[in-house]
Amino acid sequence: METVRPAIDLDSRRWLHDLRASGSTYDDAVARLHALLLRAARFEVARRRPTLPHLRGNELDDIALEAADDALVNVLRRLDSYRGLSRFTTWAYKFALLEAGVKLRRRAWQGREVPLEPESWALLAGGSPTPERELAQQELLGSLQRGIAEALTPHQRQVLVALALNGVPIDVLAERLETTRGALYKTLHDARRKLREHLAAAGISVEAWLEED
Amino acid sequence: MERPDLKQALVRLLGPAEPELGCDECFAELDRYVELELAGADADAAVPGFQAHLAGCPACREEHESLRALVGGEQAL
Repeated sequence: METVRPAIDLDSRRWLHDLRASGSTYDDAVARLHALLLRAARFEVARRRPTLPHLRGNELDDIALEAADDALVNVLRRLDSYRGLSRFTTWAYKFALLEAGVKLRRRAWQGREVPLEPESWALLAGGSPTPERELAQQELLGSLQRGIAEALTPHQRQVLVALALNGVPIDVLAERLETTRGALYKTLHDARRKLREHLAAAGISVEAWLEED
Repeated sequence: MERPDLKQALVRLLGPAEPELGCDECFAELDRYVELELAGADADAAVPGFQAHLAGCPACREEHESLRALVGGEQAL
């Protein structure tokens, strides 16, 4: 059966045409694309600024510019993968937002130790309304800790604890462990599945805990 | 009342129960998903597993929120 391709809108077709042209048409299109990506990167920096009080304005400007530069390279390199399923500008924006987000998360963790061991179990315990509830909570936390210690491989344990328990951003951990976000998320996914299986085998209903108010 | 931290920690530790996309697939579908959402279409039906991934991945969730805000803001002008 023949695949029906969606119609690409006129503006997006013009972007594709100009970015595949040569001479001044190409140069002008690249300049316009860079301006578009810089606008998106600055948008992301502005959104994240409240979470980065220690960064000065010129540092944030530099991050936005670096993000736009890197996004430009990625967009041009991956131009043939644009399928026309969204407007070209929406497709291009996501590269700038990704680059800016990754750089901001990494900058926020620059010089900080990445904790790979559980830090916060004690923070989760307590506050139960009844002794029975307290007991059930202890059972849940104990089973979670045993599952993490016994059911996971050392790598799965490191990744799950850093990302899900200690709040390390995935891009920061990917950089420290010299891997990719996609590979780390796959590891996280497998670890979560094993942990769910461990809890189920221990007779603990995760849904009951998650559905409660 | 029980600490809300416990439920949040469970969500973070266990992730979504339903099938989900990976980060690379999520990024590949992000622009289409956002435009479908902003057009009022059923983006979840069009891209199964996307919403579940956002529930399990804070970084992809941030990028989705940003693209939606950026494109939605432009459309509102």
